[in-house]
Amino acid sequence: MNARDAILARVREALTVPGPGPHQRAGEMAGHGAAPHPAPPPLGSLPVLALEAARPWLPDGGATPEERLSLLADNLGKLKAVFHCVPTIHAAQDLLFSIARERDWKRVAWHAHPLVEPILAGIPCATHKVDSAAGVVADLATDAGARKDALEACDAGITGCEALVAQTGSILVSSATCGGRALSVLPPVHVVVATPEQIVATLADAFDALRERHGKSLPSMLSFITGPSRTGDIERILVLGAHGPKELIVILVG
Amino acid sequence: MPPHPSPTASPHPGHSGDPVGGAHGAKKQFLRDAREYVRDTDHRAFLRRALAGYYTTRDGQKARYRDWEHARDAANLAKWNAVNRLDEMLVRFADTFEAGGGKVHWARDAAEARSIILGIVRDAGAKAIIKSKCMTSEEIHLNAALEAEGYGVVESDLGEFIQQLRGEPPFHFVFPCMHVRRGEISKLFEEHLGSAPTESPEELTMIARRYMRRLYVEADVGITGGNFLVAETGQISITENEGNARLTAALPRVHVALVGIEKCVERLDDLAVLLPMLATAGTGQPITCYNTLYGGPRATGECDGPREMHVVLLDNGRAAILADPEQRDSLQCIRCGACLNVCPIFKNVGGFTYGTTYQGPIGSVITPHLRGLGDWNHLSQASSLCGACTDACPVRIDIHHHLLHNRRNAVRAAPNRIERMGHRMFAAVAARPQLFAAGGALFRRSLWLLKKLRLPLLRDWIASRDLPGAPARSFRDQWRHRAAPAVARSRPSTGGGAR
Ligand code: SF4
Repeated sequence: MNARDAILARVREALTVPGPGPHQRAGEMAGHGAAPHPAPPPLGSLPVLALEAARPWLPDGGATPEERLSLLADNLGKLKAVFHCVPTIHAAQDLLFSIARERDWKRVAWHAHPLVEPILAGIPCATHKVDSAAGVVADLATDAGARKDALEACDAGITGCEALVAQTGSILVSSATCGGRALSVLPPVHVVVATPEQIVATLADAFDALRERHGKSLPSMLSFITGPSRTGDIERILVLGAHGPKELIVILVG
Repeated sequence: MPPHPSPTASPHPGHSGDPVGGAHGAKKQFLRDAREYVRDTDHRAFLRRALAGYYTTRDGQKARYRDWEHARDAANLAKWNAVNRLDEMLVRFADTFEAGGGKVHWARDAAEARSIILGIVRDAGAKAIIKSKCMTSEEIHLNAALEAEGYGVVESDLGEFIQQLRGEPPFHFVFPCMHVRRGEISKLFEEHLGSAPTESPEELTMIARRYMRRLYVEADVGITGGNFLVAETGQISITENEGNARLTAALPRVHVALVGIEKCVERLDDLAVLLPMLATAGTGQPITCYNTLYGGPRATGECDGPREMHVVLLDNGRAAILADPEQRDSLQCIRCGACLNVCPIFKNVGGFTYGTTYQGPIGSVITPHLRGLGDWNHLSQASSLCGACTDACPVRIDIHHHLLHNRRNAVRAAPNRIERMGHRMFAAVAARPQLFAAGGALFRRSLWLLKKLRLPLLRDWIASRDLPGAPARSFRDQWRHRAAPAVARSRPSTGGGAR
């Protein structure tokens, strides 16, 4: 018997003996007057799905767009991410320009995306020749694949996102629509550009948005990014920028 | 890859997770290490300080739930459903995952898992391997196996990296180096990485960050664990804070994930419940920094990611837990670590004393099954049965009752004749009031003698406890001659029950 069949046979054999149902304790010590386990509900006929049961009890995601926006801003702040809300692409360009100047970026990485490209035009990079006294920022597009060491040497990665989750302050990125796997995690600063329509209330709504967009063929990687990379491994003291970005900047346009 | 700063050759004796001499050795080692750790008051104070913030942050996050207790029921339901239909889940996961271009391997035990992974590494012609935190790999002693074949492997999670340099297994399965002081880490980095001494956790983190960057870029194979296997979509889910698992699964050519078979959930939506609860219970976060789902290697049209992805499904004793309906729910564990954080025993004896891959209350429950060799039931004796673990568990595993179940099983397997005789004698005496009174009188008078004689059973008991002196008169005697009931003194609802 191969390993797969052997393991499945063991599992099936084990499950022939019924155990307690959900939310039931295994009982007091058997042999001390405890009643035998009540029969579990037949499998596959659970009264409710876990999510349906949990939806009303989980942290709130906001009922209206305004509530969701303020919850998102609040959560991002607590996570030590930077959150900007700007009215137009033009304003976003100016913002990115000042961020790039302030941090003295030399190289940025990006990917083809309806929001990323226009906002990139705000900084004087090779792709978008802008006359500027500040000098030219080198740029690297990851769409056709980029050398790992070149990407590693970039000061920032600029990406779009699949959704923003108000409930947790998370940004959902995917390998298919956000410049691959490494762009959002290898450079020390991650800039996310999004629109208010991309804000969803809860994680479950983010999954719905994914299914709507990709159907059954989901991208090979989906990642909920919640704040800049962090660790508490040294004496449980919080340090940002463990291996991923030290800074997460979210720019909401519109 | 440059020569990897090799960890000190052999792990500390008794810290290896595999004490020599089988279960008997394990119990001896437990008692010895526990004695040592308990005496080290500095160390205990340090652990307490490290965990002090946990309660407040966790409770702060729990307060954001509209109802945490009901949410626990839902989390329990999600995992119960998957564990009780595990065969279905595994088949569905494997089929769906392979349709996405990845490969599934099945490993009955640790040796099979090691040889599968060695095979993958060999086929990939790997020169450098990077790993992110993976407790299953500790369980099968993967690093030692890779190093024995001449492969360099670096742990990228900061805590695991520190433990690797120290030549120790993780101290806590969520906070691997929580017992290490920053000064020791500074010395360690000085010695292995040539960095300047520093007392700042921030600078220490940056030293590791800088060191690791090049390794991500150069590694050919990335090895990770997995927190969930989603049957519906054929994805594995990895939860982490540092971004090291993201990098490990993004940059190398080959990605291998080693995951226990019990990690299944049925639907993607189940994660909308489990991901936040895992973080809140384990570390007091709203959700962990990176929660990533992988459905296979780089897909067509994607610009990066590994060319190959392998998932190794590990049984290694899990089916044996499944076969025990009483303790089946311990497979619902999502390894959040909450039960360790609140355990008074863990806080006093520390993680190494357990001598197991999974420490703390849940480790005491599952290790006797996972190890399959001899008797690890002594771990279940090391409990105050306070139930803090059960209260903390986000998926409602009945942990402290399982510790009792293990004790019962141990007694059934090897009855203690003397103890049983004692119980019988007590039962016989207690059923006869006059005999009971006479026995009581005798006991009160001879207690000092018992203390002196240090009989075996009593000796263990009083080694760490004070045996109080006997009262001069029995309770029944005192009751009979009590003063008239003092109605005036028992005013209702004052005094807060201090009596
Ligand atoms: S037993 Fe419960 S509390 Fe302990 S690690 Fe597992 S899920 Fe967390």
